[in-house]
Amino acid sequence: MTPSGQTRLVDVRINVFKKNDLLARELRTRFQHSGIHVISLVSSPGSGKTALLEKILTKLRQEFKVAALVGDLATENDAMRLARSQAAVKQIITGTICHLDAEMVRNAIEDWDIDELDFLFIENVGNLVCPSSYDLGEELRLVLLSVTEGEDKPLKYPTIFNTADVAVVTKIDLAEAVEFDWALAERNIQTVRPGMRVIKVSAKSGQGLQECMELFSALRPNANTTANR
Amino acid sequence: MHELSIVLSIIEGVTEEAKLREVTSVSAVHLRVGALSGVVKQALLFAYDLACEGTLLEGSQLIVEESPVVVHCSACDADHALKPAQPFCCPVCGAYTTDVLQGREIQVVAMEIM
Repeated sequence: MTPSGQTRLVDVRINVFKKNDLLARELRTRFQHSGIHVISLVSSPGSGKTALLEKILTKLRQEFKVAALVGDLATENDAMRLARSQAAVKQIITGTICHLDAEMVRNAIEDWDIDELDFLFIENVGNLVCPSSYDLGEELRLVLLSVTEGEDKPLKYPTIFNTADVAVVTKIDLAEAVEFDWALAERNIQTVRPGMRVIKVSAKSGQGLQECMELFSALRPNANTTANR
Repeated sequence: MHELSIVLSIIEGVTEEAKLREVTSVSAVHLRVGALSGVVKQALLFAYDLACEGTLLEGSQLIVEESPVVVHCSACDADHALKPAQPFCCPVCGAYTTDVLQGREIQVVAMEIM
C-alpha cells in the first residue's frame, strides 16, 4: 500500500467503454446516413447463428444488397459457409479476443462502399458474456437461443438478453426431441427483458424464416430515423 | 474473458488523467462495476497487476465497488435498486420495467495519487 498522508484522493469520471461507445456512435450515425440497416447476432457457440444467417442472406439478396461480417477466434470456416449465399462476406479473426468491438467493425468495412448496401449483418463471436459490453453501432441486436441449450439460458446470462432487441429461438425442429418447454423459455426471456419480441425459427426446415424477413423489411421505412441504443 | 482489454482501457484512461494533472504515480484506482456490465471482479483483479507493469499505475491497487442495477418503475414513479439476478420488475409494486438507470457501467470514479 501507499504511505498515508502523501496520497490524495481525486474524483474522476472515466467511462471504461468510452472509446468503444464513441466509435460505435460514429458508426451508427454513418450507417444511418448511408441508409444501411446493421443487424448483429449474438449467442453461445453452436446455437445456429451461421446456419440462420446463411438462410437470411440467401433470401434477402434476391431483393437487396446485403453483406456480412463474421467474428471468430480462428478459421474462416463461417465466412466460407456464408459465402455460399453469394453475399459479400468478410471474416474477422479476433485471435484470442472473445468478442467483436466497434473498431474491428470499422476496420472490416473500410474497403466496402456501405452506401451501396441495404443490409449488413454482423455475426459476433459465439459467447454469451463479453459481446454484451460492446456496442457495435448496430441498429438491431438479435440474441439466439437454441432449443438444445435449455430454457434457463436467459436467467443464466441476463446481460446479453437485456442488451439485445429481439430473441430468436433456433433449431425448433428439435424442440420435441429435447422436450423444450416453450412457456418456461418465454417466461425466462420476459423475466430478464420484459416485452422482448421472440421469433421461433428452424434454419433447417425454414419455419419462422418469414417472420425474420418481416422483421428486417419492417426496418426499411425508418431508414434514417431509428433511435440510438 | 475480456477483462484484460477492460484493464488496458482503465490504464489508458487513468494515465491520461494523471498526465493532465502532472502526476507521476498512481497508488490506487477506484472502479465502479455495474451488476449488468458483464465483468467479473476476480478476473479484473487477476489481470490488473500484470497489465500495470511499466506504467504510471505500477504497484497500484484496484479497488472495485460493485454497484447494483437500479431501475425506474413508471407505475410507482420511483427508482429502485434490484438485488442481483432479480427479475426486471419493481421490488415494490411488481410491475415489469426495462428502464435501467444504473448497472451497465464500468467507470473509474476516483484515483489516489502521490
